[in-house]
Amino acid sequence: MPKPLGKIRPHFTQNEQLLFELSRPGKTGYQLPELDVPDVDAAEALGAGNVREAIEDFPEVSEVEVIRHFTRLSTWNYGIDLGLFPLGSCTMKYNPRINEAVARIAGLAWAHPYQPESLSQGAMEIMAVLEHHLGDIFGMDEVTLQPAAGAHGEYTGIMLVRAYLESQGNPRKKVLCPDSAHGTNPATAMIAGYQVETLKSNGQGMIDPAVLAAAVNEDVAAMMITNPNTVGVFEENIVQIAGILHAKGAQVYMDGANLNALVGVARPGDFGVDVLHSNLHKTFSTPHGGGGPGAGAVGVKSHLAPFLPGPRLKKTDGQWTWNHDLPQSIGRVRAYYGNFGVLVRALAYIMAHGGPGLKTATIDALLNANYIRARLKDYFQIAYDAPSMHECVFEDTKQEKQGARTGDIAKRLIDYGFHPYTVSFPMIVHGAMMIEPTETEPKAELDAFCDAMIAIAKEVEAEPEMVKHAPHLTRTSRVDEVSAARKPVVRWKP
Amino acid sequence: MTYPENYRYTKEHEWVSVEGDTGTVGITFHAQSELGDIVYVDLPKVGSVVETGQSFGSVESVKAVSDIYSPVSGEVVEINTLLADGPEKLNEDPHGAAWLVKIKLADPAQVSTLLDAAAYQAYIAG
Repeated sequence: MPKPLGKIRPHFTQNEQLLFELSRPGKTGYQLPELDVPDVDAAEALGAGNVREAIEDFPEVSEVEVIRHFTRLSTWNYGIDLGLFPLGSCTMKYNPRINEAVARIAGLAWAHPYQPESLSQGAMEIMAVLEHHLGDIFGMDEVTLQPAAGAHGEYTGIMLVRAYLESQGNPRKKVLCPDSAHGTNPATAMIAGYQVETLKSNGQGMIDPAVLAAAVNEDVAAMMITNPNTVGVFEENIVQIAGILHAKGAQVYMDGANLNALVGVARPGDFGVDVLHSNLHKTFSTPHGGGGPGAGAVGVKSHLAPFLPGPRLKKTDGQWTWNHDLPQSIGRVRAYYGNFGVLVRALAYIMAHGGPGLKTATIDALLNANYIRARLKDYFQIAYDAPSMHECVFEDTKQEKQGARTGDIAKRLIDYGFHPYTVSFPMIVHGAMMIEPTETEPKAELDAFCDAMIAIAKEVEAEPEMVKHAPHLTRTSRVDEVSAARKPVVRWKP
Repeated sequence: MTYPENYRYTKEHEWVSVEGDTGTVGITFHAQSELGDIVYVDLPKVGSVVETGQSFGSVESVKAVSDIYSPVSGEVVEINTLLADGPEKLNEDPHGAAWLVKIKLADPAQVSTLLDAAAYQAYIAG
């Protein structure tokens, strides 16, 4: 066993049974009054085919057992409220509590999408103001708040491109993606009916304008570009790249996953982007540790605006109304008006910061990432020399010589009380270790993380086998991910 | 690792071995090594037509899902059924028992345009 370490999160160490194991016949968490109407046989009333069979082995537990079960499990979790969450590309920034306070204002928390417009003026004003601010931040003419999250925003954006090109007479055939792209980019293009052509990045992890120029022709509908890209580097040729695409009538789609590196400093609309999405749950700090809900607002230049999903907000005689008269719209992409609670939090974040505050957040995010890069660069191989923006990407080449790979180092990081960084992405980096601290970390926390990483680098040299079998100080030791994937057990059996 | 002299290779890390007008296609040792533990292999149906450079299936490892690009054009005449229940064979014997598909070649002469073993090894070293 290794020695005790610097920063260890204390665990509640007992194991926890499954609800199925806690089950005792006849226990319930509810009590119903005596039946005071005649009993009816469901099969007779509805037809036998419409009656569900009893669910076998359904857990029978009391309310307090359920509450304790899930509360105990929740203490095993790791989240941004416990410490640094350096998952690169995911932008796990702290979620300010003012956002939660605003989202819980009764008139917002209890608003119903079927309320009449006359009773929804406040909610509609919130959406209108958010659209306006996002348009300003993006440098775009119009914004839709409907998409439910990032990939949905991408899909909406590419469908807008398709609708626009169809209106010009030819939807075209292909979408270009750099080889560093998030996997959702090619997936989006395929689902939108396009072939995907992958472009090889240059030695700095950037799009090569010469490679692009050779690939663009009248078959290309759009290129999907992440900027800064997934290696955390700003595509410095973006204006030239947009020019090459526009010259052939192709659209520039920007994946705004990394927009938190630009807010208040540079506007995609000013460097040639026609359409982009922004993950409000990343850049605008709404909670997303549990997988959502998110929001994938999409901004467009005016030539794409007629195709935006409907309905659209419209002000008539001082009153907000929903405009459904949108003959060129691609139609609704989400029930009601998007994930409204997320939108409220995003607007609260924007208004609490104001323009100068948002710019400071961006600059601090870059400062934090570059601080980590500077502290770790002698211990881990930086993937590209180009300056880092809001995240830094290392490769595991130094550690690989001892047999320890990015995944092993990540597991050992858990022993030190940190959530791992992003492992093995982007795929163009050999054994990628992608670290994004965000602006919200105090220096002491960044130092604790860097100290842990440096300690692990030394452990890899001194006792690589120990690192390769990490974690050692957790409730569960290393799980067999390969067997879990090859022979998944998806159902508990007694 | 040895790369058989009688196979031809692609920069996408597939190999093809030709007997008569049939090409056996697989992924290289280097490819499986980069992918890590392979957990699932998705292959085309027998009878489907594949084209050079086009994806005909995918290999899923614990790290990533990667397309397999056909090194040759033709019709799929057989797929390796061993891989459905034993994807780990791709890690164990990528140049032998874990071949992926057999393709009736549209143009057997096309194979000579691919990399030979020495050129492929120079490419991955490089």
